[in-house]
Amino acid sequence: MLHWTSQTIAITALNLRTIPQRLSSSGVAIIGIAGVVVVLVSVLSIAAGFTAAMQNSGSPTRALVMRNGADSEMTSGVSGTEADLIRQAPGLRRDGQTALASAELYVIIDLPKISTGSAANVPMRGIGPQTLAVRDNTTLVEGRMLEFGTNEIVVGRGASAQFSGLTLGSEVRSGQNTWKVVGIFDAGGGVSETEIWCDARVLQGAYRRGNSYQLVVAKLDSSDTFDTFRDWLTANPQLNVQVRRETEYYAQQSRALSGLIRGVGFGIAALMGIGAVFGAILTMYTAVSTRSREIATLRALGFDASSVVVSVMVESLALAAIGGVIGGVLAYLAFNGYQTSTMNFQTFSQVAFAFRVTPALLALGLIYALLMGLVGGLFPALRAARLPIPAALREL
Amino acid sequence: MKYLPLLWSSLWRKKVRTVFTLLSIFIAFLLFGLLMTIRTAFSFGVEIAGLDRLVLIHKVSLIMSLPVSYLERLRATEGVTMATHNTWFGGVYQDPSNFFAQIGVEPEPFMKLYPEYRVPPDQMAAWLADRQGVMVGVDLARRFGWKVGDRVPILGTIWQPKEGQVWEFNIAGMYDGEPGIDKTQFFFRYDYLNENRRGGQGQVGWYIVKIADPGRAQAMGATFDEMFANSSAETKTTTEKGFVEGFAKQVGDIGAIMVAILIAVLFTMLLVAANTMAQSVRERTSEVGVLKTLGFSNGSILGLVLGESVLIALLGGAAGLGTAWFIVQQGDPTGGMLPIFVLSGRDVAIGAGLVVLLGLVAGALPAATAMNLKITDALRRG
Repeated sequence: MLHWTSQTIAITALNLRTIPQRLSSSGVAIIGIAGVVVVLVSVLSIAAGFTAAMQNSGSPTRALVMRNGADSEMTSGVSGTEADLIRQAPGLRRDGQTALASAELYVIIDLPKISTGSAANVPMRGIGPQTLAVRDNTTLVEGRMLEFGTNEIVVGRGASAQFSGLTLGSEVRSGQNTWKVVGIFDAGGGVSETEIWCDARVLQGAYRRGNSYQLVVAKLDSSDTFDTFRDWLTANPQLNVQVRRETEYYAQQSRALSGLIRGVGFGIAALMGIGAVFGAILTMYTAVSTRSREIATLRALGFDASSVVVSVMVESLALAAIGGVIGGVLAYLAFNGYQTSTMNFQTFSQVAFAFRVTPALLALGLIYALLMGLVGGLFPALRAARLPIPAALREL
Repeated sequence: MKYLPLLWSSLWRKKVRTVFTLLSIFIAFLLFGLLMTIRTAFSFGVEIAGLDRLVLIHKVSLIMSLPVSYLERLRATEGVTMATHNTWFGGVYQDPSNFFAQIGVEPEPFMKLYPEYRVPPDQMAAWLADRQGVMVGVDLARRFGWKVGDRVPILGTIWQPKEGQVWEFNIAGMYDGEPGIDKTQFFFRYDYLNENRRGGQGQVGWYIVKIADPGRAQAMGATFDEMFANSSAETKTTTEKGFVEGFAKQVGDIGAIMVAILIAVLFTMLLVAANTMAQSVRERTSEVGVLKTLGFSNGSILGLVLGESVLIALLGGAAGLGTAWFIVQQGDPTGGMLPIFVLSGRDVAIGAGLVVLLGLVAGALPAATAMNLKITDALRRG
């Protein structure tokens, strides 16, 4: 056993040391595998970034109350009287006499996207005095909070970076309204960072909504009081509403898009992976065939066939690992934190997010690279082991 | 042509290597075909959107509605051949994940404006006779297994019926069209919606206007917007093409991402193929020497090596593009998220060009090396 091990180590070391002599074909295998890893990791980083933005938006201690049947804030509707009723529900947190529930409007306005210059659907949320207490992950990072009753707005970080004219102090014209940006807010990377917030009552007037809202966001006493809150509301005959935890709502919103991106990403990577495996097989075949005389000599000297197999496999895995690491690093450098925005089809509005090359994705890329190396090395290794010694010795 | 058997036999000199090279080129062009299809899908049919059709939306945003009274004023404007309005419905069929576009239309003007939607005359008549009738795309009908005459309940989200929450529709007919036309839409009658909704009577989503002279699209758009300026609902007019383009841009630059991936794939495959070609020519140094001794000119040696590499590229590339086309013919795999799922003729032509280019570039260096070999060196090295 010890003998076999030392044999294997010797041949493997020989193989690895001679890689530089076969630089061009080894380089091809490395680049091929690196290319696959870059594509896999970068496409999946889009899905990871989008999902993260959606997950950061939700808190299990907040509940969203919408009209029954509405699948998004956009299509929901809640009247002012219904909103008042919802504020009386048990299970939500109260600050003295005030219920921490915020009745909000959700509309979109057209603003130019900086990257393309063309109009984009930017979400605009009408908020109330309780909103900041309810959405307690929101903090103002620049300027101040808007003054209720005026045309002032505060803008999320993402929106400010993605759409033109949303910097502190600037004015935004939309239809017959002029809004003034007085603050920029951070929402822990959540979706609302793509939004513009204004006074709900001013927005009701501007959009002729009367005294109606689209949803009520409630801060729960604790995560456990959700059932009490929901049951009270759904049992109330004066209301026809649907109550969801914020986390559930955003998970459902992101499912379709991130599923599509993941499907495309894995599909492309699988196909490219097959291509790269062929590249690796070709490389290792070349490596074996140019050294068939050496291998035969080793075998004739008494080296075991299985140590030859192991040595070829190790070489292939080493090349794959180098490719995987290069691919991961490239994807990280090129895409991690890359800011972009896309359309969320459920609400028909823009969501800004950053690509996220997570450690899990890098590990996935490396594992995939090693898998390609394993498959790519297998057949050439078996061939090396099966070389008929006399014929191979005679070979060129 | 007479060298074809020679090319063919040198191709199979090392079977395993040739097979794997063919396979990697095959994969590269299969990916090319599929990625181009996805790219087209994410442009939402911008290539077929009409330049002579203008879209009028509310200036503040698409979700705001416009009064139905604008229709007569648009129709009366000089240079307008036809005009109609559409209304987004956004309802849910069975489950929110079954998304498809439901649009309230005026059947007759709408079908005249969109001659690319082909409907059998008897189904058109049935639609005109039934207020609850809908015209659905053939792809959509296939997705849910609908037949003409089926009753389809849809949960209202934006628009609630006066009673309950569910709207009932009858499938009056199905429209078909050329590849590249979105056949996943659900067109129902605006009059049915308008009479039965709880609020919002007389409101429509957007207007489509066909103009006589596409060259005057810009000027006509400005005229319309001026007509409704300072009213409670100001408008923004774009060509249908511009509208679709703007929409695609909102989704993000999928096209650029696809092209970046393709460059990575093709570059990798080029390296693999070029390396294999170089290897195969190196091994045959002495054969090249023999050919030259037999009187083959430098030019024909160059041609032979290049021909071999182009032949491999053509075999692998044609199989890849062909397979991609076959897969795309099977229809959208996501079940409705990519309604326009076609591999366009233009993309196939680009692919064919790339195949030849790949063969030439991969073969160039080894071919030049082989051409410049001196007979004496070549024979000695063997």
